[in-house]
Amino acid sequence: MSAPRTYDRPVAIVSWASFETPSEPARNEVEMLLPVLQDALGRVGMTQRDIGFTVSGSSDYLQGFPFAFVGALDAVGPWPPIRESHVEMDGAFALYEAVEVLQHGDVDTALVYAFARPSRGELDRTLSIQLDPYAVAPLWPDARGLAGLQAQAMRDSGRFGDVPDVPPTTVADGAAALVLAVGDRATALTKTPVWIRGMDHRIEPASLGVRDLTTSPSVETAAGNVGVKDVDAAWLHVLYPHQELLLRSALGLNGARVDAKAGPMMVGGLERFAAAAAGISSGGAKRAVVHATSGPCLQQNLVALLEGVA
Amino acid sequence: MSEPVTIVETPIRLDFSYTPGVNASRFLRSIEQGRILGQRCPRCQKVYMPPRGACSMCGVATDEEVELSGKGTVTTFCVTRVPSPGLVPPYVSAWIRLDGADITSMFLIQECEPEEVRLGMRVEAVWVEESERKPNLGNIKYFRPTGEPDAPYDDYKDYV
Repeated sequence: MSAPRTYDRPVAIVSWASFETPSEPARNEVEMLLPVLQDALGRVGMTQRDIGFTVSGSSDYLQGFPFAFVGALDAVGPWPPIRESHVEMDGAFALYEAVEVLQHGDVDTALVYAFARPSRGELDRTLSIQLDPYAVAPLWPDARGLAGLQAQAMRDSGRFGDVPDVPPTTVADGAAALVLAVGDRATALTKTPVWIRGMDHRIEPASLGVRDLTTSPSVETAAGNVGVKDVDAAWLHVLYPHQELLLRSALGLNGARVDAKAGPMMVGGLERFAAAAAGISSGGAKRAVVHATSGPCLQQNLVALLEGVA
Repeated sequence: MSEPVTIVETPIRLDFSYTPGVNASRFLRSIEQGRILGQRCPRCQKVYMPPRGACSMCGVATDEEVELSGKGTVTTFCVTRVPSPGLVPPYVSAWIRLDGADITSMFLIQECEPEEVRLGMRVEAVWVEESERKPNLGNIKYFRPTGEPDAPYDDYKDYV
C-alpha cells in the first residue's frame, strides 16, 4: 500500500447547512434547497458570486422528473454563467469532485449541495433501477430485501455477534450544502476551518453474487489510502443498522465515538460531512473519519479524514 | 440454441406523486380563478410567468406577486402542418410575452389564419368556461388576435 496522498492545496469545510424531514408536504425541491444554500453561504458572508465551482449530487429517479438537477439550479442563480457539475450520486461524491477541482489551482472556493424528496415515490422500488437491468432489476428486488440478504450473510458468518434485523428503508426528504475553501482563503473565512486531510472512494462489483457481503474491501482500501488511524470520532453513513457493524470492522475504529445515520437518500452522505464539520469545529472531536455510501449493500464507499485546527 | 438473443424486454414502471410546490400552487389556484399571477425577482426585477418560487438567474426567492392582464405579444411562432394528437393541422404555436412578464410562454394561436400570425402581433387569452376551470394552464384554450396595432420591435427584440 502506498503512503496516504496529501493535498498540495489543503481544502477546508468552512460552512454547512442541512435540512431533513420525514416528508416535505408542500415545497418542491427548489423551495426546499434555496434556504439551505443561502444559510450555508450566509454564515460565511458569501453569495454565489464568491463561489469558484459549484457541484451537486441528486438522482432524477427519486423525483421521477427528467433533468430535475438542472431545475435545481434555480436555487443557485447561475448567472452570469457559473462553473458547475453534477453527479447522479450522493452529494458526498460531489464533494469528492469539488476537492479535486480545488487542486487545479484556478479556483479557491466551492459550493457542494445535495437534495432529494423520495417521499413522493416508492424508494425501495426506485432503488431497484440501479441494479443490473437484464438479469436482476426485472425481478424487482427491493432495497430492504437486499439489505436483508447482507444481514443474514453476516449472521451466518458468526463473526458479528448479534446482527440486528433490517428495518424499513429510511424515507426522508431534505437538502444539505457545504462551502469549501483552500488554504488562506479558508482561514480568512472562519476561525474554525475543518480540514479535509484525505479522501478516497472505491467501488465493488455490481453483481451481488460475486461479492462477499460480510466484508467491505472497498472501505478497507479507501481507508488505507486515506490513512485512517488515531481518529477520535466517526460519522458513518449507515442505511441499515447491521451495516454499522461491518463499517466499524472495516475501518478499525476501536474506541472512536461513532455517529451513524441514514438521512435522505442522496443527501445523507453529504449530511455526514456537515455533522462532522459541526462536531469538529465546536471542539467535540479533533480528528475524525467520515464515511458515505451509495448503491446496494454498501457497494460504493467514500472515506475521508477530517481534522480541526491544530 | 445457437440463435443469439437480440432483444430483452424488461418492463419498468415507477409511480410518483408530483408536487408543484408552494409558489406554483398559488399560481395554479389563480389560474383556476381566471387570473394570471406572476412573481417578481426582488433583485433583477424580472417577472416570471409561470412563477417557480425562485429567480433562475439570481437564485433568490420571488415573493412579490404581480397580476398580469392576459394580453401579450407574439415573439416567435411555428406553423405545424403535420397531425398531432388533439390538434388539427395547420395549427400555430407561439412564444408569447405576456404584458408585464419577462419570460415568454408557449400557447396556441387561433381565430385567425396561420398566414396572418407575425412577430409583434398583439394577442389575448381565451379561457375555458368558468364551470370547467381546473388548476392548470389548460384553462387558457388559446390566444387570439386583439386587433391592436403590432408592438414595436424594441418591445420584444430581446425575446425573439
